[in-house]
Amino acid sequence: MARGPALTPPPLSDRPEIEPPPLAPGAMAHSKPYVAQPAHNEALGYPGERVDDWQAKAIQALGELVDSSRALKVYLDSCVKCGSCADKCHYFLGTGDPNNMPVARQDLVRRVYRRHFTPAGKLAPGLVGAADLTEGLLEEWYSYFHQCSQCRRCSVFCPYGIDTAEISMAAREVMDRIGLGQKYCNEILGKVHKVGNNLGLPEPALADTLEGLEEDIEEETGQAVKLPLDVAGADVLLITPSADFFAEPHVDGLIGYAKVFHQLGLSWTLSSHASEAANFAMFIGSRDQMAKVAQRIHQAARDLGVKRLVFGECGHAWRVAYSFLTKLAGPWDFLDPRWPVPQHILEVTNAAIETGGIRLDPEGNAGKVVTFHDSCNVARASRMGEGPGGQFTLPRAVIQASVPRFVDMADGTIHDRTFCCGGGGGLLTDDLMELRMKGALPRVNALNHVVETQGVTHMAAICAICKTQFAKVLPLYGLDMEMVQSVHGLVSQAIRLGAAPD
Amino acid sequence: MAYQVNGSEIEHDEEGYLTDLSQWNEELAEMIAKTEDIEMSEEHWEVVNFLREYYDEYQIAPAVRVLTKAVGKKLGPEKGNNKYLYELFPYGPAKQACKIAGLPKPTGCV
Repeated sequence: MARGPALTPPPLSDRPEIEPPPLAPGAMAHSKPYVAQPAHNEALGYPGERVDDWQAKAIQALGELVDSSRALKVYLDSCVKCGSCADKCHYFLGTGDPNNMPVARQDLVRRVYRRHFTPAGKLAPGLVGAADLTEGLLEEWYSYFHQCSQCRRCSVFCPYGIDTAEISMAAREVMDRIGLGQKYCNEILGKVHKVGNNLGLPEPALADTLEGLEEDIEEETGQAVKLPLDVAGADVLLITPSADFFAEPHVDGLIGYAKVFHQLGLSWTLSSHASEAANFAMFIGSRDQMAKVAQRIHQAARDLGVKRLVFGECGHAWRVAYSFLTKLAGPWDFLDPRWPVPQHILEVTNAAIETGGIRLDPEGNAGKVVTFHDSCNVARASRMGEGPGGQFTLPRAVIQASVPRFVDMADGTIHDRTFCCGGGGGLLTDDLMELRMKGALPRVNALNHVVETQGVTHMAAICAICKTQFAKVLPLYGLDMEMVQSVHGLVSQAIRLGAAPD
Repeated sequence: MAYQVNGSEIEHDEEGYLTDLSQWNEELAEMIAKTEDIEMSEEHWEVVNFLREYYDEYQIAPAVRVLTKAVGKKLGPEKGNNKYLYELFPYGPAKQACKIAGLPKPTGCV
């Protein structure tokens, strides 16, 4: 396969925020991810290929989803076309394609909903923007619902709180039910069911990888920091994205978690059965699949007899865990009630800093000026710690304790207004590289601004997708891939191991 | 979709990864490398051979840290790092080197 034409990123601006671009209708209509093969779809219980009566089946599926989700129905009914969302999507800002305005993306489904499920749309479709699901419209669905990373930034600005992510998830579920799945997500979910993780990393390879890391840490620090696997009776089960075992800079974060547990003297373990925090079923909008993935964690926790559940650095995993875990895979009554179910690794580390359980020396990260990228699913769909906004303050507190200097990016680009990395929501695939590059524009622009004005050298993240995406796209914008760091990679460099000197 | 090597057709997927891993041979590797704008050197072969050995044992490509360590042992410690691997395989050692080695593409958040 020869590679496509060289990728040229859109220009950065002198200001921290990107101005809305001129409209470029159809500019991204060609962007479509590879379609799943029959085996990928069938492994998840979907038809292998597009079914003959796909239109009728799609309408039926949409009807069932609207009936089962009051939220989805409200989102489809309540848009008043006020335009607040129009310039809030990173894919719109990076491409200028009007179908990437959240309202236009929603309308791709809304038209069909109106046609079949509202009286006006049934009687006078032309008057109310109702339309049949034609072959052409289905093609637009496949293209533009794979140009939404379900980051929910638009919903922050919508006066009605319409959540485009829910509409995007529904559209993908409808497409799956008629046999039009996306290869990247569906192939990965099949691997989770079969092997236990997105990578397809089998237990012997995982054990070998962890042993190698233990050797590296001991060589570097002189401390026998362990990365235990499948240890029955351990207190803590750590569920982390499999990218933490495999990729850079993710693995530095894994080493960081291990050092924190080691220094706290906690007994902990990883599981080869539940060797994945990610739950791609959320991206394709399938509750059944989401439950099936989550139940592996429940099974592992029961089998190993652990008392606490801690999640590593993974954005949407934390949303699924924080918001839906009990519903998907409860009850968790066998865990120690003194701990929240689940906990985020940042909650563990932050508490350890506050109580003096670990000591961090910023000199371990000498020379670094660090900023923080709020991951969308953590920022807009979860919390950490006790009070509101903990998902913003905890990561920053841990970074600040680990590095000599911390700088935030511009206000309109952080906290609940954070921009997606451009690769979330099941779009982190090579066949969408142009979209990923363009969608990263608002975040890269804000980063570049603090690089130039504040001397920022690194950007830390708490999501495997964000880390991989930035390592890939920053070089396209002329920035170094090694700028991207795991938050616990910074902790790993700063933590003092061994007994404290008196 | 297929590569043509010495008159035989070897099937690949949309992205150029082999559909039947047993059909791999060194000539094919050279050919895939060329489509990726890579001229195979001794160092490239060291990486590709290690990937294949590891895959034989574990049925998965090695983690990047496992790979850099192995490269450091074979080619010298100054080459045992991610940066050097990116010099050899600019699109990323995991994906590009796996494609040339005839292994499946690593999937997930990588």
